[in-house]
Amino acid sequence: MLDVLIFATLNGVVTGLLLFMLAAGLTLIFSMMGVLNFAHASFYMLGAYCAYSISLYLGFWVGLLVAPLLVGVLGALIERYGLRRVHQSGHVAELVFTFGLAFLIEESIQFFWGRDTKNYQSPDILDFALFTLFGQEFSAYRGFMIAISVGIFIGLYFVLTRTRIGIIIQAAITHPKTVANLGHNVPLIFMGVFGAGTALAGLAGVIAGPVLTTFPGMAVVLGSIVFVIVVIGGLGSLAGAFIASLLIGLLQSYAIASDVGMQDLLNVFGIDFPYDHPLADLWGLTLPQIAPILPFLLLILVLIFRPTGLLGKREE
Amino acid sequence: MTLLRKLSVWVAYLAALLLLPQLFDSILAISVFNQMAIAIVFALSYNMLLGQGGMLSFGHAVYFGMGGFLAVHALLMLETETAHFSIIWIPLIGGLFGLLAAIFIGSFSTRKAGTVFAMISLGIGELIAASSLIFVDFFGGEAGISGDRTYGPTFFGIDFAQNVEVYYLASGWVFISTVFMYLFIQTPVGRMANAVRDNPVRAEFIGYSARHVRFISFCASGLFAGIAGGLFALNYEFITEENLNAATSGRVLLMAYIGGLGYFIGPIIGAVLLTLMNSLLSNYTELWMLYLGILFLLTVMFLPRGFAGFIMMHQLAWVRGKLRDLVVPYLMTGIPAVIFMLSLIALIELVHAEEASLHIYGLTLDPAAAGTWIALLLIATAALFGTRRSLPQLRAAWDTANHIPDEER
Amino acid sequence: MTKPIRLLLITLCTALFTTLCGVSTAQEPVRIAFMDPLSGGFASIGNSGLKQLQFAADYFYNSKNGILGGRKIEIVPLDNKQSPTDTQIQFRRAVSEGIQIIFQGNSSAVANTLNATISRHNSRNPGQEVLQINYSAVDPILTEAECSFWHFRFDAHAIMKLNILTDFIAKDSAIKSIYIIGQDYSFGHVVADNAVRLLQEKRPDITIAGTEFHPIGQVKDFTPYVTKIVASGADAVITGNYGADMVSLAKSIIDSGLDLPIYTFYAAYDGITATLGADGKNKIRLIHNEVSNPIPTEERKAFIRAFKAANPDHDVTQPRIINALQMLVTAIEKSQSTDPYDIALALEDMRFTNLSGEEIWMRGTDHQVFQSLNISVHTDEGIEFDADNSGFGLFTEYSVPAAETIVESSCQMDRPSR
Repeated sequence: MLDVLIFATLNGVVTGLLLFMLAAGLTLIFSMMGVLNFAHASFYMLGAYCAYSISLYLGFWVGLLVAPLLVGVLGALIERYGLRRVHQSGHVAELVFTFGLAFLIEESIQFFWGRDTKNYQSPDILDFALFTLFGQEFSAYRGFMIAISVGIFIGLYFVLTRTRIGIIIQAAITHPKTVANLGHNVPLIFMGVFGAGTALAGLAGVIAGPVLTTFPGMAVVLGSIVFVIVVIGGLGSLAGAFIASLLIGLLQSYAIASDVGMQDLLNVFGIDFPYDHPLADLWGLTLPQIAPILPFLLLILVLIFRPTGLLGKREE
Repeated sequence: MTLLRKLSVWVAYLAALLLLPQLFDSILAISVFNQMAIAIVFALSYNMLLGQGGMLSFGHAVYFGMGGFLAVHALLMLETETAHFSIIWIPLIGGLFGLLAAIFIGSFSTRKAGTVFAMISLGIGELIAASSLIFVDFFGGEAGISGDRTYGPTFFGIDFAQNVEVYYLASGWVFISTVFMYLFIQTPVGRMANAVRDNPVRAEFIGYSARHVRFISFCASGLFAGIAGGLFALNYEFITEENLNAATSGRVLLMAYIGGLGYFIGPIIGAVLLTLMNSLLSNYTELWMLYLGILFLLTVMFLPRGFAGFIMMHQLAWVRGKLRDLVVPYLMTGIPAVIFMLSLIALIELVHAEEASLHIYGLTLDPAAAGTWIALLLIATAALFGTRRSLPQLRAAWDTANHIPDEER
Repeated sequence: MTKPIRLLLITLCTALFTTLCGVSTAQEPVRIAFMDPLSGGFASIGNSGLKQLQFAADYFYNSKNGILGGRKIEIVPLDNKQSPTDTQIQFRRAVSEGIQIIFQGNSSAVANTLNATISRHNSRNPGQEVLQINYSAVDPILTEAECSFWHFRFDAHAIMKLNILTDFIAKDSAIKSIYIIGQDYSFGHVVADNAVRLLQEKRPDITIAGTEFHPIGQVKDFTPYVTKIVASGADAVITGNYGADMVSLAKSIIDSGLDLPIYTFYAAYDGITATLGADGKNKIRLIHNEVSNPIPTEERKAFIRAFKAANPDHDVTQPRIINALQMLVTAIEKSQSTDPYDIALALEDMRFTNLSGEEIWMRGTDHQVFQSLNISVHTDEGIEFDADNSGFGLFTEYSVPAAETIVESSCQMDRPSR
């Protein structure tokens, strides 16, 4: 029991931190520009594929450095020449734009790289077990993932709250015109933030690619969950996104690890249902079966009882 | 517009719906028309939510799907003779279930509009789509459920075995639904929906509950989405989880947007256009999703009010009779632009082609020959150049056509 | 123009026209549709199948004398995006173009939909029937409760495969406890239920350490499931997963340092073999029809070499497609007709010797094909034809002849009267 609990916690933390890497970029973009970037998961996918190609010739570490930069630059260019133009047409227009962008990026990736699964491997240096607990190994690469995610959180928090540029960015979120009046180049800041957000998504892709498999459907799998995290955490709050990611990672991990089902709950009340009862599907439900839909359940509950999210700052 | 003019528009609409199968009567054409009918009702119902009510929803397919599922169950009941009614009422049954679902979900989700509403709709959509794979009895699991529309009493001797017969039934429902959705906009609650969309605070000040108005719009749009689901069930005689999921919700959003949110006719245009692209384009190229993505981006960037908006932009010029002055400049800019796009598409297809030859636009091109590449690049560059050259003339002609001189003001 | 001259001209034109028409009908190709996902998330498998079918049609028939006295075979790709709705739309397109034979294989859900649609269409439109050649959908129901005269399956169904798989596992006395994990839908449940039943019959001493279902394509990381596998103390894993779910599961198991055998249906090709690579050596096994390395006949080796020469980035991943095409053409030649009813009658109870030199049999009562079933291991030793150009491939360890794979069927087929 204890081993399952420990590993479930570890797994939950790893998943949660990976989701945070993605959610961090999205939160940044949303808090800056009010844009729900549907293409965020596509930038993640692009990061993974670019890093894969680079790693074939120059190794994993070069890919780790270069791929996020490439993705960030692409993101900044898209903001400058595409999104900015659409901004004046309203939020729905921006949304549809990022929608179309998601299609475009995913299809272009398949156009250039093909539609099969890519063999993106983690670096050999990290190919050992950090520790073995109860017969299951915890690979060093996962430890590396945790380290990077935490590092990103600390780094972003530091930059946004303690450095000058961070303060300016925070000010531009709430008072863009005043900041412009003070002489800062607000459009450039917007472009930089969007680029940074997409670079973060790309970085998540570089790191998650070897673990979560690099294949054409990788963006679809993560797409909606990232939005759920950002909303639960509170639109615009980085700390909120961190907490929400961990929460969801742990929730899913514990749900899968447990073997609890509706039967057990009903047995507590001494109720038993025959197998051909019309609602048999409902009574037969187990927690592992519904684990992937738990985040959405949580989302709805949070939105009904606390619409601004856990630590939300930006009220729509 | 006078009453006679308005009525003539509706008559023309009905006539177009009924005459289409006479003009194009191949099996493929009928199939596409059926798809369009379903898409039109679905997109119009979505516009009630977004265009009229300002509520962006990412889970509208839920009502479509729910309506469809109950419709197929109704067909199964007809088959086992548990019920006895003509299948012409199936869309209504679908609609009622969609309405029920909307009442239930709208009771807690319409409290706030904006991003909160959008996110709740996303959560609900994903939740129900995932649940549909778990509750296999009602939803049939991965394969969905299927029925047969030829059971039950015949309608004047027609048993709806042929797709053409289903099309006529569907067009009847499309016409009725369009009429009712149009009439809804004219009612007080329909008008207030516009008001609540633009300025909820002011609407509250004149005594209307924004939440109530949103709730009613939501339920009405759920009803018509359910009708669309019922039409789907009749046409295809089956329904699956796929028809409830986020992808279907996304598609209807795109249809409404591309068509033009601010106009009643917008979603109709969007539905027709996207149905054609979805079903026909994928027959010619594997890269249709790429082109679709590009189309969305271009529409959002250059035609933010959709295709309906683009057409309506010419209203002033038309009223003033200056439309024919625009014809030549449009051709001068339009033709090079079209050539540019076609050559670009050919280049993309050429890059992608894996076989020895590429068949496109009725020609056969050789990807290995350098000449093909050079020729296409030259054509593309020349076309781009031509477009840019003639753009200022188009702009000038546009200004002249729309400029109201001081004497006429 | 005077009246007689006009009449002469009209006659000449008509004669010319009918001759041309007459000439073109003689050379009109036999059109066969291939309906599978050619775009979207599952496109790589669909595209791969299409290439194999097209190549086989050219290699065996179009490059030689054609069929039915010189007619070529034209493969018409129909992209159904693995969606039941698009399957219907593409079906109508096929009917609209007069195509009467459809190959389909990916996703049992789609196969079920197509089966129902074709049955309805055929009963409503006599004389315009369509034939369904199912080359890969293995849900048993298609040759049991939902069997149809117009449907032919060219792959062993799930229960047949599990029968042989459990036989193989039962022979290994070192295995005492098994964990079953699968996708939460009809196929995954069929695999789990029947694996449990068959294992209990053959080795009552084997305990089922656990049965786990996860939603298709939604699980990003299988490590939590691996934790459960470890905690359960299982010696082996059985799974029916395919695609990304398969490779993610396999990678998670291997990455966690577990050295247990994984028995699968679909853990090879389309990038999966390359991704599993050296880490998966000797751990992953598949059950499939058509012997893999060593290839038994020179004929089949020649075919594979020719295919690789034309398509260097693809492999012959599904030899059953070629079997299906060859049997179909044999039926067409035997009945001298392209009418689905005649072809169906000719296909029933056909015995055919395929490229691997073995005799395969299409049973008439349920339209299920029977051929040898094999268990192969993922390795790089003894591999003449590898997968994904990776050096790794499938080596056949255990082979069961067709006669031993036969199972009963509950099919009560409605036969059309003509």
